[in-house]
This record gives sequence, structure tokens and C-alpha cells, in this order.
Amino acid sequence: MTTEVINQAAVAAGQAAHTAAQHVQAMDPFTASFTIFVLAIFVGYHVVWNVTPALHTPLMAVTNAVSGIIVVGAMLQTVVIQEQTITLTSVLGALAVFLASINIFGGFMVTERMLDMFKKKKK
Amino acid sequence: MQFLAQYADWVYLVAAILFILALKGLSSPLGASMGNRYGMIGMLLSVLITFAVAPNPNIALIVGAIAAGAVIGGYRAKTVEMTAMPETVALMHSLVGLAAVLIAIAAVFHEGAAHDGVHRFELFLGCFIGAITFTASVVAYLKLSGKAGSKPLKGGWVKPVQIVLALAMIGFGVHYFTSENLQSFIIMTAIALVLGYFLIAPIGGGDMPVVVSMLNSYSGWAAAGIGFTLNNSVLIIAGSLVGSSGAILSYIMCKAMNRSLMNVIFGGMGTGDDSAGGATGETKQKNYKSGSAEDASFLMSNADSVIIVPGYGLAVSRAQHALQEFATLLTEKGVNVRYAIHPVAGRMPGHMNVLLAEAEVPYEQVQEMEEINSDFSNTDVVLVIGANDVVNPAALTDKNSPIYGMPILEAHKARTVLIVKRSMSAGYAGLDNDLFYMDKSMMIFGDAKKVVEDMIKGLH
Repeated sequence: MTTEVINQAAVAAGQAAHTAAQHVQAMDPFTASFTIFVLAIFVGYHVVWNVTPALHTPLMAVTNAVSGIIVVGAMLQTVVIQEQTITLTSVLGALAVFLASINIFGGFMVTERMLDMFKKKKK
Repeated sequence: MQFLAQYADWVYLVAAILFILALKGLSSPLGASMGNRYGMIGMLLSVLITFAVAPNPNIALIVGAIAAGAVIGGYRAKTVEMTAMPETVALMHSLVGLAAVLIAIAAVFHEGAAHDGVHRFELFLGCFIGAITFTASVVAYLKLSGKAGSKPLKGGWVKPVQIVLALAMIGFGVHYFTSENLQSFIIMTAIALVLGYFLIAPIGGGDMPVVVSMLNSYSGWAAAGIGFTLNNSVLIIAGSLVGSSGAILSYIMCKAMNRSLMNVIFGGMGTGDDSAGGATGETKQKNYKSGSAEDASFLMSNADSVIIVPGYGLAVSRAQHALQEFATLLTEKGVNVRYAIHPVAGRMPGHMNVLLAEAEVPYEQVQEMEEINSDFSNTDVVLVIGANDVVNPAALTDKNSPIYGMPILEAHKARTVLIVKRSMSAGYAGLDNDLFYMDKSMMIFGDAKKVVEDMIKGLH
């Protein structure tokens, strides 16, 4: 009886130590993502306050293009699932790739166009 | 491909840094183009490495979709008029929102992919932010492009409807979260779409600069939300950059219009004071002077310094190019000409600067409110074109004025003020402007473009 308890305790302790060790090795994915998220907001805050007000419209256009990064998420859905090319997931994914691409190309190109207007008279 | 995939996170890191550099470049017009290139490279890297990471990607479908998007986006970017930038930007926000919704639904219906609690929470978040962004941006687009009336949705029922919708949306979201019920997820998305409409419809057309910036922010958070779902660092970083950028721009716009940010976030802004436009009733007959365009150009050609205050009315009558020509002629006569830009001079942050840049107005002549406000008192002539509320001295002096506390361009401190306007009618805020009745003021009635062209003739 007592040995059984001791055995169980030992096993439990071993498991606890094991999970503890895992925690030391790597942050759980959500915490890691959240850390990145918070730090990125800080970076964004400081970078954007330095943008000259004259370029706020190009800033909005380029952030539009950058938010097209959602294309990565869309591509990850546009996959062949169980040998099937056309599934609800892949069609929705492809549609999202299409929308995000409009943003990427439209955003970067219109920013370029606007910045050229500012540059022309810079000489 | 396998070999590449193990370095994917490093490539995403490089891309994230390039995106930060893209925004950093905009701190001056000199580095801006380079920054834009960095952004493009970052995007290219992200897309290429994702081909390696994605399990079994449908390459033909993806490449086809990207090509189609490139054609449409590229065409719009090449042809869009600068005056139409606000609605174009709003339309692009809606695309990001819709993409986020589609990705979230695709992920929810992804066969064989299990979703744990954290995952479901993130899907819920990404999807409803995306859905709200989508319909809200579409409404903003319709208002900005004049396809829908810019009149706000009014009535006491609007607020309760917003609250009920928000609660219902969260309720179904929680139900999905606890039960993994797909129907609840779809219903939640549908409610979020409707809520997006009700958040923007009550806001008047003139408050759109704040709304566009705010939706910019939302579209970023939607991307970040999807990043959480997919555990993808570059999506989270890029999304947060865009989100904070939009939030800062909203804050700047709010300050320039003397509104609180909370008021905007919870919607319903602009339903009170400004919708009362025209109801001011007690318009006393006050005296003002009016003159011709020739008088105005005579005054300005004999001045040492002239500050031009452009407002959106300038863009409406497409007078930017004529104005630039007039200013160049004045400069050649030895007059010190500068432009003073109020943060809400256009219909989105920095809009007026782009409109002037398009008309080839030299960058150095264009100054922001804080830079130039102290110079009005030693300026000979101020020329106000198509602007009204942003030069209304009541914002500084009249505690009862709805715009009291709003920062203005202190045009009334100059020795002479010329105001180009169609008629004596009140401005957007429905307010009378004491500036028009000052002894040193002169009104020049007419269409801005016509008046400026006459001024040019007057110089010869």
C-alpha cells in the first residue's frame, strides 16, 4: 500500500518534472505569438510617429499593400486535401489569394506612383 | 522544398524587417521610394517561402489567383485619380477584411484539421474583425465615392441595434468556441457583417477621414488575428504594424477634428452636433466685403508674403494645377508663397499633400499646421480656397461653438485675408465663420478654378 503510494508519487513527480522541463525549453505557441504581437505594436507605434504628415496618404496605401500579407494565410488554405484539388477550403483560399493580391499589387504600385509625384519636384 | 521549409521562419523574419523598413522610409520623401521597394521584396519573399511551407499547395490555383489580382490591382493603381484615393483605400480595406473572413471559413471547414480551444478563439477573433472591416469599408467606400448619400443614419434605435448585434455576435462566437458548432460560426460571421454596416452608416460623410484611418487599423488587426490562427509570425508582425499605423492616424485625425477616439471606436460619432447643419437659424445679416479676382491678384502681387490655405473645395473644382501656376508666377515676382495644410484639409490623412504634389507644387512650399501657424501674424496676404471650418476663429474664442477646441490655421492673424468661395453658405459643420466679416477680409465669389484662372490673367 505505502509502496504503491510512493511509486505513484514518484511517477507523478517525474511527470511534473518532465512537463516543467518542456516549459523551460519552449514557450507555448500562443504566448510566443502574443509576445511577437505586443512587440510589433511597439515597433509600429514608434516607426509610424516618425512618418512625416505630408506622406500620410502614401503611408495608408503602403500599409494596405502590407496587410496583403494575409495572402500567406490564404495560400496555406489553398492546398490539395486528400488528393482533392477542388474543395471548399481550397476554393475559398484561392479567392482570398486573389483579393489579397489586388491589395498587394494595387497598394505598392499606387504608393510608388504617389512617391514619384513627391520626388519629381525634389530636384 | 523540404530543405527550404526549415528556414521559413528566418525568411519570414527578414520579410518582417523589410516591412518595418518600408514604413520607416516614409519619414522623408527621400527614403520613401527605397522603403517601398523593401516592402515589395518582403512580400515577394513571404509568398515564395510559403510555397515551400504549405502542405501540398495547389500551385496552379494560387498562381492563377495572384495573376488575376495583379492585373486588377495594377490597373486600378495606374488609373486611379488622386482625388479618388480615399474611396480606393476604403475599397482595399474591404478586400483585406473579406480575405480574412474567407481564410477563417476555409480553416474552419478544413477537413481533417482539428481546432483546439485557443485555435477556435483565434478563428472567431480573426473572422469577426474581418467581417466588420469588410462591410464597414464597403459602406465607407460608397459614401466617399458618392454612390450612397453621405447623410448619416439617424435615430435613437441605432445604438441599441448596434449593442444587440454585438452581443448576439459574441454569443454565437462563444457557442462555437464551446461546442465547435459550424452553424454558430457562420451565423456569427453573418451578424458581424451586418454589424459592420451599422457601425459606419451612422457616421456622416465629412467624418470619413477618421473612419478611413480606423478601418485601416481594423484591416491590420484582422490580418494579425489570422496570423494567430496560423501561428505565422510575419502575419502577426505585418498586421500589428498596419493596425498601429491606422490607430495613430485615427488619433491624429481625431485631434485635428477635436473628437475623442473612444467616440469613434464605439461608433455613433457625428450623429449629434454636425447633423444639425443649417438649423442654426439666427443668421444675422452681417457685412462683408467682396472683390474680383483681379483685385485679389493685384493685392497678392504687391505682397511680400502669401500663404495659401487649400481645402477640399479646391480639389472638388480641380483647381490645383491652376493654383500651382498662379503660385509659380507670384514666386517669379519675388513673393514668398507657401501653402498651409490643416490635417483634415483633404478627405484622408495627407490627402491634400498628395493632391498638391500631383500638381507639382514644390515640397518645400507645403507646410503643416504646427510649422506655419506662428507665421500668419507677419504674413501680408492669406488666400483661403475651398476651406472654411479649418480657419474659423470661433474654434479658438467661442466656447459655445461646436468646434471650440479644434486646432485651426490662424489665418485671421494675417494683414489681409482673401477667401475664395462659391457663396456665403455655411461650411460642413453648418457654422458661420467670423473670419468672413472681418475688416481685413475680402470675399471672392465663384468656382475656385475659374477664380484662380482669372487671378492668373490679372497678373499679366
